Amino acid sequence: MHLTKKEEKMCQGEYGETIRKSMEILVALGDIYEAEKLVNITSAQVSGVSYKTIGDAGLEYLEDLAQDPQARTKIPSTLNPAGVDLDQWEELGFSPEFTKRQKRIVEAYGKMDVMTTCTCTPYLIGNVPLQGSHIAWSESSAVAYGNSVLGAKTNREGGPGALAAAICGKTPAYGYHLQENRKASMVVEVDCELKGADYSALGYLVGQEVGDGIPYFKMSNRPLVDNLKGMGAALASSGAVALYHIENITPEYQNAAPEDTNDKITVVREEIQEVREKLSTSSKKADLICLGCPHASLDEIRDIAETLHGKKLKNKLWLCTSINMKAAAERMGYTKMIEQAGGKLVCDTCMVVSPIEELGFEVIGVDSAKAANYVPSMCGLEVVFDDFKNLIVEK
Amino acid sequence: MKTLKCRIISKGQAKGEALVSSEPISFLGGVDPHTGQVIDSKHELNGKNIKDKILIIPGGKGSTVGSYVIFQMAKSKTAPKAIICLKAEPIIATGAIMAEIPMVDNIEGNIMDMVSSGMEIEVDTAEKEIRIF
Repeated sequence: MHLTKKEEKMCQGEYGETIRKSMEILVALGDIYEAEKLVNITSAQVSGVSYKTIGDAGLEYLEDLAQDPQARTKIPSTLNPAGVDLDQWEELGFSPEFTKRQKRIVEAYGKMDVMTTCTCTPYLIGNVPLQGSHIAWSESSAVAYGNSVLGAKTNREGGPGALAAAICGKTPAYGYHLQENRKASMVVEVDCELKGADYSALGYLVGQEVGDGIPYFKMSNRPLVDNLKGMGAALASSGAVALYHIENITPEYQNAAPEDTNDKITVVREEIQEVREKLSTSSKKADLICLGCPHASLDEIRDIAETLHGKKLKNKLWLCTSINMKAAAERMGYTKMIEQAGGKLVCDTCMVVSPIEELGFEVIGVDSAKAANYVPSMCGLEVVFDDFKNLIVEK
Repeated sequence: MKTLKCRIISKGQAKGEALVSSEPISFLGGVDPHTGQVIDSKHELNGKNIKDKILIIPGGKGSTVGSYVIFQMAKSKTAPKAIICLKAEPIIATGAIMAEIPMVDNIEGNIMDMVSSGMEIEVDTAEKEIRIF
């Protein structure tokens, strides 16, 4: 890999041990993927936050790293969800031991100047790269959104790789950073109208077909930003999709060359319905409805608040979002409407990375195919997948 | 003594007993970081201990959290002395660098045919070579 004079010095330790080690990680990744050089990045999203996933190993690494005053991010960098709501952990039932360790992890990232926003939707809270810019993002749903909807360029980074990139302000130029690797590998003709959780089910279905390829959708619907947020998350969880195009919708569809691929599928209503049914592992009613995967936008919070208005819920309900949306929801009165129905606006965390299996719930209701995919394997709980309205049980 | 040229992933030098596996390994869930023992019941190294060995594997697999596990093993002194991969992948490569464990890949010749578990070998990234004794 070709390095500039300054990059050589960074590798040789002239800027301190943390930069040296971080560069060693970036250069090794570049060698593995045969990158020719490093590129400067303008944004990072760092995963590897929940104590449930990274454990003591991650905690120790991050605390060690944060002690070094050189270990500071060079570019706007935001953090993925943690394992608990950092403020309301006690009333939600999380243990003090878990929370204590979780807070140490978040503090270590904060010390390194990673903004401790703890959300999987950096693009909703101001970490919004421009089209064509190189970034290093490591949350799979955000990667899909950043590449596809924003037209920025990132690979599916791992947590330590994204952190190294944030500290150096650089990432190796391979994969999705190169224009020639951003072309469609499969055309997906969507032959039905889509509504609500259908987008998430479609993403799940296509992710299984396309694997780590690049689907090019043709659909008559005009999806909303929130629909794309859910569809991308599902594509990235059942498959390893980092980039998709939608004809006439996403910014790079005109360069996607769908005519160059012979791989074509058509998705019909029955298939969407079949996926929706298959994603549920139980026919029982959910005892906890968990929404906001990826983290809810203000518009989604409003929809849910209005649906709940005047109702009293029998099931518990968590609506997961970022601290930013929570603040806005409070001002708009949505939080109050949700709480009056018996629900909770939960921030910093989600059903996938928090230890909900320790809180006595058995069946989790979700409207996200990504959540439906991970809750059984990561939490060992039953899951029901449906549109939000159908998950509610009134008193 | 035989020497094989290789590519450096993580710098360093180490000499020790080889532990060879023909299967990729997942550090998260596949290895007990407190003891260094392989605990994946479906893995051919199940029950073997990788602590202080020169681990020879085709590559890594599984969760990206595996990088942190390698680091934790190094801190608890249960990590391998060096890692030789036929083809490095990001999880183990990142973990080896974080933990300062020497690691190489792209080895000249077929090391799997030349080295078996228990043999003494050395990894030396300054010379970009593996020595088989």
